Amino acid sequence: MVGQRADPETIESIRKEIGADKGFAAQYVGYLKLIVQGNFGKSYYTNRDVLEDIASKLPNTAGLALAAMCIAIPCGIAAGMIMAYRRGGFAEKVLGMLSIGGLSAPVFWVGLMIMIVFSLELKLLPPSGSGGPRFLILPAIVLAIPVSCSLARVTAASVQETMRALYARTATAKGLSRLKIAIVHVLRNALIPVVTVIGLDFGSYLSGAVVTETIFGWDGIGRFTMQGIITRDYPVIMGCIIVSTFAFVIVNTLTDLLYHYLDPRMRIDDENR
Amino acid sequence: MTKTGKVYLAIILFLFALSIAAPLLPLPDPDRIDLDSLQLAPDARHLFGTDHKGRDLFSRSIHGARISISVAIVAALISACIGSLVGLAAGFCGGKIDAALMAVVDFILSFPSLLLAIAVSVVMNPGIHTAMIALSASSWTSFARLVRGQVLAVRGLPFVDAARAIGCSSSRVLFVHIAPQCLTVGLVMIGMKLGGFVIAEATLSFLGLGVQPPAASWGAMISANRAYILTAPWSVFFPGIMIALTAFCFNLFAEQLRTRYDVGRIST
Repeated sequence: MVGQRADPETIESIRKEIGADKGFAAQYVGYLKLIVQGNFGKSYYTNRDVLEDIASKLPNTAGLALAAMCIAIPCGIAAGMIMAYRRGGFAEKVLGMLSIGGLSAPVFWVGLMIMIVFSLELKLLPPSGSGGPRFLILPAIVLAIPVSCSLARVTAASVQETMRALYARTATAKGLSRLKIAIVHVLRNALIPVVTVIGLDFGSYLSGAVVTETIFGWDGIGRFTMQGIITRDYPVIMGCIIVSTFAFVIVNTLTDLLYHYLDPRMRIDDENR
Repeated sequence: MTKTGKVYLAIILFLFALSIAAPLLPLPDPDRIDLDSLQLAPDARHLFGTDHKGRDLFSRSIHGARISISVAIVAALISACIGSLVGLAAGFCGGKIDAALMAVVDFILSFPSLLLAIAVSVVMNPGIHTAMIALSASSWTSFARLVRGQVLAVRGLPFVDAARAIGCSSSRVLFVHIAPQCLTVGLVMIGMKLGGFVIAEATLSFLGLGVQPPAASWGAMISANRAYILTAPWSVFFPGIMIALTAFCFNLFAEQLRTRYDVGRIST
């Protein structure tokens, strides 16, 4: 904070100012007090208020997370339905391999490869930076790949399980078309575990897709966290981790609540308790 | 096991063998800087080309397998040991101990796992051991949950009552009679974690928090060669392919194991 050749008096006065001369417990309590008051401290490097910086970057991160989800949810669920209904067929094998492949390729590498192809070779979209929707497309696609793969797998497993339920057989016996059963009867019930996965992934994106944001130079929480880590800017790291975890917990709690709304059986369980 | 499962297993074993035998193979020194052969495109002499310091990328990729695979295996073993012990204790003791242990598990699960790994790596000094610990820091919780569930399912079965009836002590019942019942799910879980760990290790190294240069780790190679992506795209492409191939085989093999031993749906 003061450079390597600061005189002892300056160091001492700064230690007093930030409270480093007190014991560990006192320091921690002091920190908690400040956090509750919304004071996350100032960055060692830019001397800017950490909370303000986080607040200004949060909309970018949320926008990226939303865009990724808008791509991932329809793709993932559609692929999962196809996998469930073409069980044992060619389409299931191909999609199954693709979905594991998408989960196996590291995000940062996929990002770089997509950047080479779309920005440098085809010159369709800007490689990095933040700004208009044109900058949003590539990072959103990269973020969406692993989620749509895991969504496809969960959807397939869940739909297959639900298809074996008695009410699905009843619907078939009634003479409903396969498509109608698939969408009206099976999908609604099969979506419950899918919602959990969506919630978990969305939560972790809100906490900043550290890698994707760093690669694409997207000015969000994830990149901010990474900058803090690289420069050992502890107020920034702590602030980012606190805010991220907070967002993650809130989204998970909301998902749990949604679960109760979607699945009436759980409400009855609770009333009987 | 199906034929495809055997193929994946064969690739995994081949990678194992390569990484163990790497120093014995007639490969160029992975860290030798050769300024006469900077950024050579892949050819017969340098299968994967060379990087901006003239180091042979094929040799570096093979040596990188040592780091990635050993980090993944050690991290999986650490988390399996800690997680299983916690799960066994929670499931077997029940009551307050169960509630307390599961509260810890839930607390850790409320952190995004990559963020937790990054936080651990920042606090400790980056390196191969830190990477192993950082990866285990959050993933032991899934073993704990899984084993606890298995213990709860098995605890009430007649053979446990029989063991008690013939006078086995609690610890004997737990470790000799119940614990083996959790072995299969535990092993399948290890398999499912390995692929994720390979990627997570690469991600940490990519961010500069894992294995430190000049050691050849796949993630660190991509990170270092990223700046030269225009002039030497192969130096980023091949390490990534190695990561993806390894993780892909681990994941598909684990999927086969999961179906084979019918271990319901396990969340990863």
